[in-house]
Amino acid sequence: MTFRKYLVLAGVTVFAPAGDSMLSHGMKQVGNISLNHLPAVISAVLNPWVAAGIALLIAFVIFNMTALSWADLTYVLPATSLGYVLVALIARFALHEHITPIRWIGIALIAGGVGFVAAGPALTVPTSTPESAESERETAVAASTGAER
Amino acid sequence: MKHLYTWSAIMAVAFGSVIGDVLLARAMKQVGDVGVLLRQRGAWTVVRRTAGNPNFLLGVVAMATAFFSLLFALSWGPLSVVAPASASLTFIGNAFAAKIFLHERVDRRRWLAALLVAAGVALLSG
Repeated sequence: MTFRKYLVLAGVTVFAPAGDSMLSHGMKQVGNISLNHLPAVISAVLNPWVAAGIALLIAFVIFNMTALSWADLTYVLPATSLGYVLVALIARFALHEHITPIRWIGIALIAGGVGFVAAGPALTVPTSTPESAESERETAVAASTGAER
Repeated sequence: MKHLYTWSAIMAVAFGSVIGDVLLARAMKQVGDVGVLLRQRGAWTVVRRTAGNPNFLLGVVAMATAFFSLLFALSWGPLSVVAPASASLTFIGNAFAAKIFLHERVDRRRWLAALLVAAGVALLSG
């Protein structure tokens, strides 16, 4: 895992809750949209909060797919779940909302789960890249030279 | 009866998300390490390989199905049940699906993580 890859995982974690929050904030400003007035959806997209939320969610999708290109699904998903914890902590310390003990337990469980996965390997299946082929060759060479010694 | 509708929709959300996640993960493994591809072949190759991948296209369809099922679920049940239930089921389902279909090495550590995260999400948004 390189620094750049950790940055991508951080993007996955941050962009989803940030996008959801902005979308939610914007849609509350826009108000209810009924199925009989679908053109109202277009004016909703023009709301700056909604537009920013959509942009962040698109960024989330791109970062998530990038992460999936070099890490297991069961490695990337817990990273996404860390976003829930982030939102709760922002709600507590920036917005001074009250967090019930049950929710603190939830935060602890998610953090624990993420810790378990992060301590293990990121990739356990082959991915089709020149680099992975090279690193496989390197490990093979390292193994053979190790055997010689 | 409404209860049954809600839970059917929640199951549809979880199934759609799991199938979508697995297909996207498989697609991106076939595309290859995006960081390396960007450096060696440029952004256009990444876009072309991803958009032309059948698993990616099927994954998007599955994700869309999950999204519309979520809308149905929300019209039948309360958000405080629908959101945590579908998210938790998706986490557990993904651990199974990743092991069976993607052949990821889901060891005890990862099982435990999937269960902890699923329980945590249920408590947090419940």
